[in-house]
Amino acid sequence: MADVILKAQNLSKVYTMGAEKVYALKGVSLDIIRGDYVSIMGPSGSGKSTFFNIVGGLDKPTEGEVFMDGQRFGDLNSSQMAWVRCHKVGYIFQSFNLIPSMTALENVSIARIFSGLTPSEARKDATAVLEQVGLGHRLHHIPAELSGGQQQRVAIARALVNRPEVILADEPTGNLDLRTGEEIINLLGKMQKEMNITVITATHDMKMLSASDVVVWIQDGQVARIANRDEVKIEVGTIDGNTLA
Amino acid sequence: MNATKAIPLQTKVPWMVVFSVSWGSLRRRIFRSLITMIGVVLGIAFLTYMLVNDSIIRALVAMKDNAVNVLLQKAGVDILQSGTDTMMLLLIGLSLLTCLVGIVNAMLMSVAERIKEIGTLKCLGAEDSFIVRTYFVESSLQGVLGTACGALAGLLVGIAVNVVGYGGFVFHAFPWLAVARAELLAFLIGSIMSVMASIAPAYWAARKQPVDAMRVEE
Repeated sequence: MADVILKAQNLSKVYTMGAEKVYALKGVSLDIIRGDYVSIMGPSGSGKSTFFNIVGGLDKPTEGEVFMDGQRFGDLNSSQMAWVRCHKVGYIFQSFNLIPSMTALENVSIARIFSGLTPSEARKDATAVLEQVGLGHRLHHIPAELSGGQQQRVAIARALVNRPEVILADEPTGNLDLRTGEEIINLLGKMQKEMNITVITATHDMKMLSASDVVVWIQDGQVARIANRDEVKIEVGTIDGNTLA
Repeated sequence: MNATKAIPLQTKVPWMVVFSVSWGSLRRRIFRSLITMIGVVLGIAFLTYMLVNDSIIRALVAMKDNAVNVLLQKAGVDILQSGTDTMMLLLIGLSLLTCLVGIVNAMLMSVAERIKEIGTLKCLGAEDSFIVRTYFVESSLQGVLGTACGALAGLLVGIAVNVVGYGGFVFHAFPWLAVARAELLAFLIGSIMSVMASIAPAYWAARKQPVDAMRVEE
C-alpha cells in the first residue's frame, strides 16, 4: 500500500466578497505519496495556491480535512500547528519572503531556533545548509545584497534546515530568470532525492515538469487531471496539446 | 499511512533569543527605528515642556517678588490665581492627546509595515507569543529610549524658554520636586503608551492565519 504523507479530503474554500460567494476550491481530494515530487499546475485563479496554502497548514478550509502522516490538521491547536510548520513542512515562496533585516545566516538559523536549538547550535546547522546550497560565501549578507537566485537559495536552505518531510514551493521560479530558475529546480530535485523529501510545487513553469513524479491539474477549483510524469507529453508552449495560461 | 503520533506543543523560544531578535531588528532598521522614535520623542517632549513650564510658572508666582510679578504679568500669567489655570490645563490635556496620537501612529506604522514578516515567521514555526514578545521588547526599547530623550528635550526647552522670559529668577525658585514629578509622569505615560500602542496591533497580527498576514500589501 502506498505511503501517503498528505491527504486532502473534499477540500472547499469559499471567500465572501460582499453579497457574493467565490469558490476557490470545490471539493478537492488528493493523496500525496511520501518522497514524490508533485507539481500542481493550473492557470491563475484556478485555486492552486489556495490548495497549496491549505495543505501546508497556512490557511483553513471552509470544508473538508487535511491529514499529514494520518494526523488531522483540524484536531491540532495553534501551538501544535506551529510545531508542524516548524518540523514537518518547509515553505518556499515566489517572492522569497526573507526577513529583510536579517542576514542569510540569521534567516536560516531563526527557523532552527524555533525547533528548540540554542542560537549557536542553530548557526552551526544553518551554516552547513547554506554551504550545501552554495552560499557559504554569502552568510553575512542581508537579502538586499543578494541576487534573486541567491535569495531563493537562502529560502531553500531555510526550508531544509529543520529536515522537513514536505517542502511546499509556491511558484519558486516565478521571480527568477530562465537559467536561475533551472538551477533552483535542479537544486530542489537534488534535495528531494538526497533527503527523501516530498516536494509539492504550485507552478506555471513547464521546466518544473521535467523534475516532477506526478502532475496535478487544478481548474476552476477542482482537480481536472492527475498524471505521472511519463504520461505527460510536453511540447514547446503546450502540455498535452493545451496551451499554458 | 504511518501510525498517527501525537503532535507535541511547539517549543517556547527563550527571552534571551527574543531580545536578540528584537535588538537585531532595531539595529538593522536604525533609520526607520529613529523615525518611529522621533514620533515618540516629539509627543513626550511637548507634554514634558507643558508640565515643566507649568511647574516653573507656579514656583515663580509663589515667590511673590514684585520684579517677577511684573515679568509674569507681561507674559500674561494670572498671578492672583493659585494653582494651574484652566488654559494651562487645557494645553496640558491637548499635549497629552498629541503625544498619544503621535506614539500610537508611530507604533502602528512600525507593526503594519511588517505584517508580512510576521506571517513569514509563523510559517517557520513561530508561535503567537513569540511574535507578541518580540514586538513587546522592540517597542519597549524604542518607547523607553524615545520617551527618555523626549522628557530630556522637553525639560531643556522648558527651562530655556523660562530663562529667556524670567532670567535668573527661574533658578532662584526652581521647583525640583515638581519638575522631577513631571519628568516621571511623562516617562511613565510615554513608556506605557508606546508598549500598549504596539502590543495591540502585534497581537492582532499574530492571531492572523499566516496566509492572511502574508497577503497584506506592503
